[in-house]
Parts: sequence; C-alpha cells; structure tokens
Amino acid sequence: MVPITTFHYLVVAAALFVLGVIGVLTRRNVVIVLMSIELILNAVNLNLVAFSRMWGNLHGQVFSIFVTVDAAAEAAVGLGILIAFFRNKETINVDEIDLLKW
Amino acid sequence: MPNFIMSYLNSKDAITPGAAGSQFWALVYVFIIFAGVSVAVMAMNWLERKALAHFQIRLGPMRVGPHGLLQPIADAIKLMLKEDIIPAEADQFVFWVAPLIGLLAAFTVYTVIPFGPSQAVSDMNIGILFMLGVSSLGVLGIVVAGWASNSHYPLIGALRSSAQMVSYEVAMGLAVVSAILMTSLNATGTGTLSMIGIVQAQQQQGVWFIFKFFPLGLIAFGIFAIAMIAETNRAPFDMAEAESELTAGYHTEYSGLRWSLFMLAEYAAMIAVSSIAVALWLGGWMRPFPNLLHGPAWDFIFSLFPGLTFFGLAAIAVVGVVRMPAHSFFRIQRIGLAAFAAVLGFIALLLLVIAVAGRSADTSVAARFREGIDYVYWFVFKVAIFMYLFIWYRATWPRYRFDQLMKIGWKVMLPISLVVLIMTAIVGVLVS
Amino acid sequence: MNPALNSGLNSAVNAGMAPVATPCFFYVLAGLAVVSGLLVITRRNAVHSALALIVTLLAVTGLYLMLYAPFVAAVQIFVYAGGIMLLFLFVIMLVNIERSSKDRQFNRMWPVGLAAACALLALFVTAFVKGKALFPDRMISLPESSNTQQIAGMLYGEAGRMGEYTFAFEIASLLLLVAILGAVIMTKKKI
Repeated sequence: MVPITTFHYLVVAAALFVLGVIGVLTRRNVVIVLMSIELILNAVNLNLVAFSRMWGNLHGQVFSIFVTVDAAAEAAVGLGILIAFFRNKETINVDEIDLLKW
Repeated sequence: MPNFIMSYLNSKDAITPGAAGSQFWALVYVFIIFAGVSVAVMAMNWLERKALAHFQIRLGPMRVGPHGLLQPIADAIKLMLKEDIIPAEADQFVFWVAPLIGLLAAFTVYTVIPFGPSQAVSDMNIGILFMLGVSSLGVLGIVVAGWASNSHYPLIGALRSSAQMVSYEVAMGLAVVSAILMTSLNATGTGTLSMIGIVQAQQQQGVWFIFKFFPLGLIAFGIFAIAMIAETNRAPFDMAEAESELTAGYHTEYSGLRWSLFMLAEYAAMIAVSSIAVALWLGGWMRPFPNLLHGPAWDFIFSLFPGLTFFGLAAIAVVGVVRMPAHSFFRIQRIGLAAFAAVLGFIALLLLVIAVAGRSADTSVAARFREGIDYVYWFVFKVAIFMYLFIWYRATWPRYRFDQLMKIGWKVMLPISLVVLIMTAIVGVLVS
Repeated sequence: MNPALNSGLNSAVNAGMAPVATPCFFYVLAGLAVVSGLLVITRRNAVHSALALIVTLLAVTGLYLMLYAPFVAAVQIFVYAGGIMLLFLFVIMLVNIERSSKDRQFNRMWPVGLAAACALLALFVTAFVKGKALFPDRMISLPESSNTQQIAGMLYGEAGRMGEYTFAFEIASLLLLVAILGAVIMTKKKI
C-alpha cells in the first residue's frame, strides 16, 4: 500500500473545505450555514496539523489550537446573533433576513 | 503458543497492551473490562434497591432469588421482552441513536482507567483529558434523546440535565487541573497527564493527593466529589430525571431495552467518574497507609485483604442461609444461597492461596499474580466505596431545585475551585 | 464510532515508540470525514446535520491522533464535539426548526454557488498538482510522549523566558471573554 504522506491529509482537508464552502453558499438555513463554517475551520486545522507533522515542529499545532478557540468564540457569537434575530422576525432562512434591503 | 499471545506475557518490563502494541491482549483486556462493568452495573442495581430499602426500614426485593440476588437478572429479562414503543412523531433515526451515543461515551472512558501500573488497556499520554472530554460527549446523547422524543417533558428534562452537566464540568475540570499541578512536584519539574503517571506520581511523592498541601487537596477532592454527582445526574442533583418532577425527564418516552441502555450508561458513567476521583486523589491502586505501616510484614497482611473480603462476603451469605426459615417453601432459596456462599468461599480460598504463595517480592508467576490482584482489588475497593456513597446520598438528602443547583454550580463551586487552583500553584512554586 | 479507541488497537509494533496506525485506518477515517461532511450540507433536518458534523469532528480527531497530535485531538473533542456542538443543538431546539424543514432547502442561486465551489476545487487541484514537487517526501515523527509539554513550552515559555505564543494566548483569552459578553448581551431579553 502507498504510505500515507502529507499530501493525503491535504487532499482530505481540501475536500472538507470545498464541502464547507458549498454549504455556506447554497443552504438557506442559518444554523446549517454556521455548521458549514465550522467544517471550513476544521479543514484549516487539519491542514495546519498535517504541515506541522511535515516540518517536524509544533507551530502548526499551536496555531490550530488558536483557530479552535477562535471557532468557539465565533460560533457562540453567531448563534447569539441568530437567536436575537429570530426573536424579531421568526425566520431562520438566509433569504428572508433582508430588513436592510431597499 | 503463538507469538502474538506470548510476547506480551514474556515482556520483561510491565507495560500496558496498548504501549506494547499487542492487539490480542488489548482486546482481552477490553472484554474483561466490559464483562466487569456489566457485572458491576447489575450488582449496583441490586445494591441500590437493597440499601435504599434498608435505609427506609424495609426489606427491598426478597423474592426473586435468595435476598433478591436474582432481581437484576429478572429486570434485564423483563426489559428485553417489553414492547418497544416509539412515539409517533418522533424522529426515528435520532431516537434510535441517542442511547448509543451516551453508552459509547460512557464505555470508551474505560480504555484509560488505571487498575494497576500495567493493568490498563492503553495508557494515553493525555489520559485525563481524554476521560473528561469523552465523558462530556455523553451530554450530547441526553440532549438528542430529549429532542427526539418530540414531547415537552423530555425536552425540558434534557435541556435542564445538559445545562447542569455542562455547568459542573467546569468545576470538575478545574479541580482536576489542581490535582495535575501536584504531579509536577518531582525532580524534573514536569507533570504528566497520563492516568498511570498520576498514580505513580503519588507513589513517588509518598502521599495521596487528597492529603497533600492540606487542606488544598481535600477541598479539590471535595469539589470533584460534589461535581461528579451533579455530572451523573444523581441525587441530590437529579431534578432532571426524578419521577415526581418531570416524569422521568429525558428518558420518559424510552421503554424496554432502550431505557436499560440509558441506565447502563448512567451507572457506567458513575463508575468512570469515581475511578477518576480514586486515581487522582485517593492513590489509585496503592494500598492504604503506605508510609505509616511499611515493611514486608504489613505488605503481607494487606495482601491478605482480597481473600478476607470474599471470606467475609461468604460468611454473610452463610449467616443468611442459617437464618432462613426451615420451610419447604424456602428450600430452593436456601440451596441457592448456600451455593453462592460456597462459590464466594472458593474464590476466597483461591485468593488466600495466591497471597500466601506469592508473598515474596520476586518475579515468580505467583508473585506477579498476587501483585496484579492486589492492585486491581484496592482500586475496585475504593471505587466501591464511592458507589456506596452515591446510594447513601440518594437515600439521605432531598434534591435541589434547579435554580439552586445552577447557582451552586456557578457561584459556589467555580470560585472555590479557582481559589484552590491558584493556591495550589502558589504553594507548589514555594515548596519546590 | 470513536476513533480514539481504535488507534490503541490494531497497530503494528514499533520498536519503543508509540504505535503507528496502518494506512487502512487513514482511508476509513478520511472516508468517514468526507461522507459525514457531505451529509452535513445536504440533510433537510438540522439535527441530522448536527449529528453528522459530530461524526466528522470525531473522524478528524482520529486523523489528528494519526498525525502525532494528541493534545490537539483532546482539545478538538473537548471544545468542538463537547462544547460547540452542544451549543448548536441547544440553538436548534430553541429556534424550533420543525417548520423550516418543510421549506425549500437550497438557495435560488445554488448553481452559482456550486460553480464557485467547483472553481475553488479546480484551484486546489492546480495548486496541488503544480506544487507537489515542493513537498518533501518525508514525514518527521514527532515525539508523542512530550507533546503536551512542548506545546506548553511554546504557549507559556520555559523557566525564565516567555514562549513564542504567550502574547497571542493572552489575546485569545481576551477574545473568549468578549465573546462570552457578546453572546450573553445579545440573547438577553431586556438589555
């Protein structure tokens, strides 16, 4: 069998990234859009950790810890915004959140 | 004998199967732990009903086997044969998967529990983080179970239960961190996160962490002991699943085998968090009084304890046989209890023989068996004390109202655990 | 389901070091991650999407363990699977998505979005094909037993000197504080 190299991990990360981008661009449900953003951040983390293994130092892993912290903060704030908006307009479809449209 | 079986047994230094890379023995350990936990859960079921009954001056189950010993088996058979009812509007897939998530989270934790210096399935370097993280996955099972039932009592129960578990996880984590800080007070100044390493740190420092930096270790242990009761939704923190409150909370709509999976997950989680407390503060597999009563004579006396415990249990069973009325109605029960007493006595005899045969500290087979049995025995003994304490708390204390519960979790436990952590760090730096 | 259990079993014996999982494991975990990712973006029911995302996160945890990053794997389980997904499930329940699962699921502009994603994929493929020569063929084995200590050294610093990421660490905790305050204030009924 082919030994697993960094390249294999990068391919997986790229696939997850593209799936996340498709989710962000095409879904109407805000919660699922936020979940796709989490998928994107996970793909980035996988990329970082794979490169950390390739170069043999731990900078990638430390950076990925910071990305995880960042994702947690962003999920909390994003879901807070969603709840605050849901109180006003009772919808969670991205298309219908257009109060500022002229 | 094939090499993959014997190579682990013949390894000169005692390491866990995971570290040795031996798949076969890791699987064997996994099966032993699985069987042990299942037996322990059934025994806990029986003990809970009998102990609660005796606390309330009644007898508990007496009919099914002698003194109700076969009651858990009867319960298991009943639950398996019950009709499997799924609510009409419930989400079928999620309803089915919810107990499995809780069960997987509760049982995966057992991979890293240190029953002895090499008696663990695999000693991960991040053992304690792994245990805390995976037990926090069990909360997901509860939330999803409450949602999938599609009815408001389970939903409210699930949200309350998961909010409570998440709140007390913070205090638990901080108490654990202050115990981990104490592992770094060695020559190299490096602590460890692996469970076996934590118990070995207690061995090297010659003191159980509950007694270290008195009273900081004691307060940290107290915080963890209280938080672990809230974490497993047991009394007095069982508002979310008590019958008089929310008609059984998140597992209201589950019947038969699915409900028994929830109960299995709850008891397994109880044993898992108790073993975290034992490994971190109570010295894990170390026998009591390692400093005060040291020397080969005391070692030999303490190594007789496993045999003597089973002997005591056999004696209690014999007393039960003698006191049973000599009526033809009770003939089968008398015979059954006498057989049980005989089995316990036989096990006691076996353990005493091993303890006597392996009494010297050399590396003969008997000595290795004796050491292994001693390690596992003391660990299980301390965990059993915690199990009894769980039942005692349930019998004695009234339950907290939900807002009181959350207030305690955030306003009392979190500040105290923060203060204990900071003071442990300060004292640790001053001492070394 | 839990990949962290698997990497302890089924491993080839490696002299003295931590065992390395076989390539078979990589394909299983990677396939699981990609399939679950696909399920996340295509399910009608948001709870199903959340469960699929949990499976994806656990598969990625397994991949981290294969990359000799046990601390990052533990942080992933703790923060992502145990914290963020719980938050998502709470919000799904609060917002009560039952009605919306009968609506249209995808945007009116979904062909444009799909085309943009395909362009991105083409960009990735080009970058990988052209840049393959730049990646060294080696995979340096990081020491697994001192991973946590080394990460701590980089974050906090050894005795007497600051780590390289100490300042960023403090800023990250400030960021979390701001996020907590923001989430609480935004979801209060009366400010």
